[in-house]
Amino acid sequence: MSALDTGLGADLTQLAYLLAAVGFILALKGLAGPRTARAGNLVGAGAAVLALVATFVYFPLDHKLLMIVAIAIGTAGGVLGAQRVQMTQMPQMVALFNGVGGGAAALVAILELNEMQPDPVSSVPRFVLVATAFTILVGAVSFSGSIITFAKLQELMTSRPVVFPGLPVVFGASLLASVAVAVLIILGSPTWIGVLLALLGLAVGVLLVLPVGGADVPIVISLLNAFTGLTVAAGGYVLSNVVLLVAGTLVGASGTFLTLLMAGAMGRSVANILFGALKGGSTLGAGEASDRPVRSAGPEDVAIMLGYAERVILVPGYGLAVAQAQHTLRECVEVLQARGIKTAYAIHPVAGRMPGHMNVLLAEAQVPYEQLIEMDDINDEFQHTDVVLVVGANDVVNPAARDTPSAPIYGMPILNADAAKQVVFLKRSMRPGFAGIENELLFMPETTLLFGDAKDSLSKLLAALKQL
Amino acid sequence: MSDGFVWLTIFVLSVFVGIEVISKVSSTLHTPLMSGANAIHGIILLGAVLVTGSSDDTAVLVVGLIAIVLAAVNLVGGFVVTDRMLQMFSRKKPAKRQEAGR
Repeated sequence: MSALDTGLGADLTQLAYLLAAVGFILALKGLAGPRTARAGNLVGAGAAVLALVATFVYFPLDHKLLMIVAIAIGTAGGVLGAQRVQMTQMPQMVALFNGVGGGAAALVAILELNEMQPDPVSSVPRFVLVATAFTILVGAVSFSGSIITFAKLQELMTSRPVVFPGLPVVFGASLLASVAVAVLIILGSPTWIGVLLALLGLAVGVLLVLPVGGADVPIVISLLNAFTGLTVAAGGYVLSNVVLLVAGTLVGASGTFLTLLMAGAMGRSVANILFGALKGGSTLGAGEASDRPVRSAGPEDVAIMLGYAERVILVPGYGLAVAQAQHTLRECVEVLQARGIKTAYAIHPVAGRMPGHMNVLLAEAQVPYEQLIEMDDINDEFQHTDVVLVVGANDVVNPAARDTPSAPIYGMPILNADAAKQVVFLKRSMRPGFAGIENELLFMPETTLLFGDAKDSLSKLLAALKQL
Repeated sequence: MSDGFVWLTIFVLSVFVGIEVISKVSSTLHTPLMSGANAIHGIILLGAVLVTGSSDDTAVLVVGLIAIVLAAVNLVGGFVVTDRMLQMFSRKKPAKRQEAGR
């Protein structure tokens, strides 16, 4: 390592690193509050730039030009990806960014192991080798796991849990092999053993995420995000770099905490999410469309139901965003409000593909923030509500989560849409939701279905409402 | 206090800080927070630069440059996508002209 040990340059670097570490703490604190979030994010970016510039200025580095070109390429790729992505596809973008970060950490650790050759044990303290092995293994897990979550969310592969006979055995075997190889590294090994560990880590990551079912994937992204944070922290220890240690640890700790919060919002344990499918398919749903009778109606009928109601609650789901119908929904609501009807949007904590995703999507459609009511605050209102309009949502209003202990989503808090006098579903088909289970609410006598693409249906509904 | 314990101390204190600063986050902000945290660990870019900048071997240089590209994607892309998300929360007055551009 070409670290500066003495002199003004070294002190200035350490000072810049300290400022950057404080910047990252302030960034996370800012991100946790609605008013300060955007500023917090910018503070984080500023801290990263400061640490990077200090490193370039004060360390005697070779290949500076090549490295700047590499940073420019990565920056261009990151900016392009971040600006092009549709807000509906944002969860998989975060997964992808997280994956490449984990991959970078694993590569850095392999290069460090290479630097310690030919005799790692006598060149560094033993615990540095532990941290090196940890970074290689977990970084690789995070990389391949994130790629699989990306593929699932982008629907490059099935979003259903993928389980094959013997998967637990293969998973266990590759995990054991990884630990064994990690021990070899701690005892002192050549670089290629590090590469082997990375390959095993890739396998573990794939096998870890394959059995996770659609609706749980966001929790896994959050978990892998925390993993990457911890690998960066371990990498910081290996490189004796305090910014990496502090930033990585912050993300690891807050990411783990956030994962538990999210799992709690879905009424699931993290262990159940990761290993539920292995234990006997509890996250496997029916997946088949039912042919039981339902009551369907046309847009004009629904317009009359809504137009003469006193209180209406909207329940938006991911299907709304996929159809890009947020704007049309907002226009419908504005017509209702003009008629003096009390309206509110009920936001389930995991509506969309990630906790808070629906707020982002509706904010994009300029729905005023005050009209978005969180689940706990609105659940008692449903019983005084005339019509609940469910657009592109399913699992978050499925009473099975409350009533059917055998259902995979049992225990997840839901919106009590079934307490309202009437429920209207806008649905493309009778296909079950992301969790793959049938929704009893669809078959209840107070429920009406309006089939069709959400945007198409809402446009017709809007026209019909204006006619009233 | 040995060097190892200094690092361990920083690590343990950072764990507490990390949990404390986000403990009161509302579920509305879970996604941007996750995305912002995701950007922060892109700082591994610093590690990639330090390792690559001291390489005297072509293979190491190539792997190091790959790590730099990946880390830069994580760092820059992460902050930009988080900003895009948060931009939508802060737009208080409905700006009609924005709609056509979407």
